[in-house]
Amino acid sequence: MVAAGLYLRRFYTIVRGEVLVLPSRIIVALFFIILLGLPLISQNPYLIRVVILTSIFAILAASWDLLSGFTGQMNFGHALFFGVGAYASAMLNVHLQIPPWVSVPLGAAAAVLTGLLVGIPCLRLKHTYLALTTMAFPIILMGIVFVLPDFTGGELGISGLKRISSSLVGNYYIYIVTMLVLCTIMWKITDSHTGIIFHAIREDELAVKASGINTTRYKLMAFCLSGFFAGIAGGLYAHYMRIAGPSTLEVSMSFTVVIWAVFGGIATIYGPIAAVFILFPLLEFVRFWPEYRMLIFAVVVLLILLYMPEGLIPWVRDKIEKECPRCKIRNVATRKTCRVCTAGLD
Amino acid sequence: MNIIITGLITGSMLALLAISFSLIFGVARIVNIAHTAFYMVAAYCIFSLTGKFGLNPVAGMMIAVVVVTVFGLLAYKFLIDPIREHEAAVLIATIALAMIFQEAVMLIYTGDYRTVSALIEGYFIVTGVKVFYQQVLTFGVVLVVLALLWFLLMKTKLGLAIRSTAEDREVANLMGMNDSRLAMITMGISVALAGFTGAVLAPLTVLSPFMWMEPLIIMMAVVVLGGLGSIKGSFVAAYILGFTEALVVFMIPKGAFLKGSVALTIMILVLLLRPEGLFGISFEEER
Repeated sequence: MVAAGLYLRRFYTIVRGEVLVLPSRIIVALFFIILLGLPLISQNPYLIRVVILTSIFAILAASWDLLSGFTGQMNFGHALFFGVGAYASAMLNVHLQIPPWVSVPLGAAAAVLTGLLVGIPCLRLKHTYLALTTMAFPIILMGIVFVLPDFTGGELGISGLKRISSSLVGNYYIYIVTMLVLCTIMWKITDSHTGIIFHAIREDELAVKASGINTTRYKLMAFCLSGFFAGIAGGLYAHYMRIAGPSTLEVSMSFTVVIWAVFGGIATIYGPIAAVFILFPLLEFVRFWPEYRMLIFAVVVLLILLYMPEGLIPWVRDKIEKECPRCKIRNVATRKTCRVCTAGLD
Repeated sequence: MNIIITGLITGSMLALLAISFSLIFGVARIVNIAHTAFYMVAAYCIFSLTGKFGLNPVAGMMIAVVVVTVFGLLAYKFLIDPIREHEAAVLIATIALAMIFQEAVMLIYTGDYRTVSALIEGYFIVTGVKVFYQQVLTFGVVLVVLALLWFLLMKTKLGLAIRSTAEDREVANLMGMNDSRLAMITMGISVALAGFTGAVLAPLTVLSPFMWMEPLIIMMAVVVLGGLGSIKGSFVAAYILGFTEALVVFMIPKGAFLKGSVALTIMILVLLLRPEGLFGISFEEER
């Protein structure tokens, strides 16, 4: 009883000292709480459906950021990983009757292999060449899908997948928890030693090489990690929609992912996730002019780029938080002095 | 015979698109995803000018090219120029631009398939294959424009400025070339060429708001295959891929599905052997 009380106290101190001091951390905490508590407030199937799809795409956008935002390997064919994950888990589930909780990880494994397959030739390419080449891969795969209709379902795709869970709320929690866990893992990866090397590769690959780091290995690792997360997103999507079709491989799919990530701010992980949670439900709920939807979407993205080229979320974050010039710790913008070293903030 | 004709037409169209795309990339380092969207806009302009207002097709083509050029310059001035420093932002901006064009066309003309009537009707028969006069005309006009472009780039002062800026922007700037004005002019030429391609090709294809996607991909493949920024490379690669597409469509069953895949596979294979493309010069690491 005493021990529990102590833990509770410590928890409270941590929350007060570390979470409540920064608006961005409060927002993240609220985000977790709202998502986890949503079914208690409303069980509207439409709302739940939108939130589930949003979280699937949030994984996808974050995985793009992990590869392209961090290591600077502009991948314009991210739909490839998504599509491979979706098709692989769909084929395993429909043709071989493998249950979803095995087929999704296997689909992700297939996506990792694809990441290797794509990553190795792409190691030799840089910048624009890389961006344009990666765009080609999903289109090649799409051609193959159309040519083998017996195996892949051709234009109609593979349908009749099993749901992961039959109950609405159970399904919701599986997807939301998976999303939160995966995104936290991605954020942790980028915050670790590996993440710093990824950053460095984007900024100056030659310098990283000169420091004795095998950049080839790290770049391939970025491809595989990104493929893994995108593959899981693809598998989850296939099992949720109960169909894996060629739309998962389309060019517009790759483009949308890039738009989300850049809109939210690249090389942040939280940026793309936030962007998906803003843009995707917005597009779903803006029903009043259905035919203008995409137009508005594109115009909004253009305006954001013109006025905040860094992306929306870093821009907002810079408005509400300041970095201490001395100890580099973030503070609320309203403070006059740093909360740790009491140096004056300007 | 069919293969040769289709290959020549596709190849010339790709050559025009790819060369104009590499022009603006070389001079301003702008990857203009909306490039083929301009081509679509031009085609639709002709559709409404000749179909609705009953204009002479040639006049319609002229007006369409001018309209598209104005669109392109406006887009450059207000959307691309302010964010030119951020490479990724430019990419996204042009994607968004292409989507805006697509949606606008969709709203105005709906998603139905449209066709534009040919300039000259009729055909002649060579070894049992119908060759439409329109196809011959398109091919001829494209060759003339390519020759003009070559003349512009190689023999005039402006061409020299464009080529030197493409080679080394900083040094060209130091030599007194107005970098931003040149970028503007090149954007104009580039978009005008895209519009022109749309104009000459409109009678041969079916118009739809999504018609920009497919040529975009193949055009990118051509540009990458030939080497970014290399005009000669784009020209050669365009015909290579044009003929490959034609061969695949006519020789392999279900080839229509595979034509993009085969073209792109060739591109990737070549890149594996020569990462800077067929005629590209590998840029020095820009640091």
